[in-house]
Amino acid sequence: MTGQRAAVRRRQTVLRWLVIGAAVVFFFLPLLGAFEFTTQGPGGTGRSADTWRRLFDIDAISVEYPVLRRGFLASVGLAVITVVLMLALLVPTMTWVRLRLPGLSRTVEFICLLPLTVPAIVLVVGLTPVYAWVYYLLGSSVLWLGLAYVVLVLPYAYRSIDAGLRAIDVRTLAEAARSLGASWFTVLRRIVLPNLRTAVLSASFLSVALVLGEFTIAYLFSKKNLQVAMFELGKSDAKISVAVGLVALAFGFAVLFALSFVGTSPAGISPLARLRRPSADAGRVSDDKELAR
Amino acid sequence: MADAPPRRAPGGRRPSGALLGVVPFFAYTTVFLLIPTLVVLVGAFLDDDGSFTLDNLSALSEPVVVRALRQSVVLSAVTAAVGAVLGSVLAYAVSTAKADGVTKRFVTSLSGVLAQFGGVALAFAFIASFGATGLISVWLRGVGVDPGTGLWLYEWNSGLMLVYLYFQVPLMLIVFLPAVEGLRPQWREATETLGGSTWTFWRRVAGPILFPSFVGATLLLFTNAFSAYATAAALVSQSSPLLPLLIGGSLRSEVILGQENVGKAMALAMIVVVAVVMTAYAWLDKRSSRWMPR
Repeated sequence: MTGQRAAVRRRQTVLRWLVIGAAVVFFFLPLLGAFEFTTQGPGGTGRSADTWRRLFDIDAISVEYPVLRRGFLASVGLAVITVVLMLALLVPTMTWVRLRLPGLSRTVEFICLLPLTVPAIVLVVGLTPVYAWVYYLLGSSVLWLGLAYVVLVLPYAYRSIDAGLRAIDVRTLAEAARSLGASWFTVLRRIVLPNLRTAVLSASFLSVALVLGEFTIAYLFSKKNLQVAMFELGKSDAKISVAVGLVALAFGFAVLFALSFVGTSPAGISPLARLRRPSADAGRVSDDKELAR
Repeated sequence: MADAPPRRAPGGRRPSGALLGVVPFFAYTTVFLLIPTLVVLVGAFLDDDGSFTLDNLSALSEPVVVRALRQSVVLSAVTAAVGAVLGSVLAYAVSTAKADGVTKRFVTSLSGVLAQFGGVALAFAFIASFGATGLISVWLRGVGVDPGTGLWLYEWNSGLMLVYLYFQVPLMLIVFLPAVEGLRPQWREATETLGGSTWTFWRRVAGPILFPSFVGATLLLFTNAFSAYATAAALVSQSSPLLPLLIGGSLRSEVILGQENVGKAMALAMIVVVAVVMTAYAWLDKRSSRWMPR
């Protein structure tokens, strides 16, 4: 029997490497093609690192490609606004619902997961009148897109923070703090937030990555973020724009790869997996508790 | 406005006081999520003066809209089916790797980035690779295959399908991996003890267990492709072969008056398709989670 097991195992290993190898080649071919394109010399002949040298020369690139600079700064600002708003909205609400209004938890979950079923393009159609008011009341800065981005990141952030809250006994902690005379604000700032460090971190990073990759809403509202700048630059200077795209993908990969080490359970690997398996969150309990100590 | 923290709620034990703590959240999601959804649902039935009409819906029967809807559905269905098959094989291969190993982390992270953040960058990578001097064109010519003019890349039924697969296969891996990992080794051992072959195991044990998850994930892939906008917009600039592009076009062109509510009607059509598919998905997900490890 053991021999048979070993044979199965060997066959599995071979199959695994064949399939994963083929998939990685399949995924990397166009990326490699894009990279090769950015290193092509003028007229498609020879090699030159000119594009990359220019891209990392911050001073020159802001002068030469003002649209890229504007888009990048807008996306960074949007990422900050989105993360701050998302945390300010979700952490107190979810803690409060857990402590005082457990009956509302299904409703909050439903609302938070709703954006998964409303395509971004449909959201844009519906947001047009809302944004007419936002622009009228607050001015037409690109940064107000962050208000809509909070909705886009809601499902991902909700699942991360929910997993974090499951891992700690908020009620007991809050009661202990309250009986020692802490205000609700102190409970939130000094008890809940430190215990949720990992969850808050992963929700924030996911939001940053999503915001940096957002195109649909910004483009259709005629606002310039990084992706829109890249898109417009693609018409005039394709090489720089392809290079920026590669850097953005590499950044997204780095964020997800780093996040996969934050939770050590298998469910922690993929942020999307958490969307499907509430039971997976239970697996994170021990890890988060370890970190909380 | 958004971050009035719960401390505002008076410390009293009355539920009415506690409810104040969730007001910011519900106010925010009402303005930026529920109202937009309602605007689409209601706006589809209003004319420019705000009175009830079914004219917008009749615009849905125009040939250009019908064609876009049909092509969107075909594109989504084909890429969902192909992506589901390829992605599930990949998911199985990844599931046999060590649980906390670098291989698994690497493949899932790569899939995550391609599935969620690809968009414009992915489309550009394809344009660069298949351009006149692109790497893949050069290689194809090297082995004697003529890549042609490269215009096929911008057609909805060839190039777009290929590019869509680049985010469909990774998404399948991400949503299907938990199901494959739920297969317990004991089930295989039990099959072997009872004299079953590998084929018996897949046909009689793993297949039936994984089937609901597989169909559910395929439906998710369908809605994902159906809702995608960025990739298509970056590849196709002239015509609007897909419904999201048509909606985007109706938003960006301010020339044609009265198009606004037709856009809402098209958005409504999208919501209906997605809602039907997601309802089926939710039902299947409930069934398939029965076998998930607890």
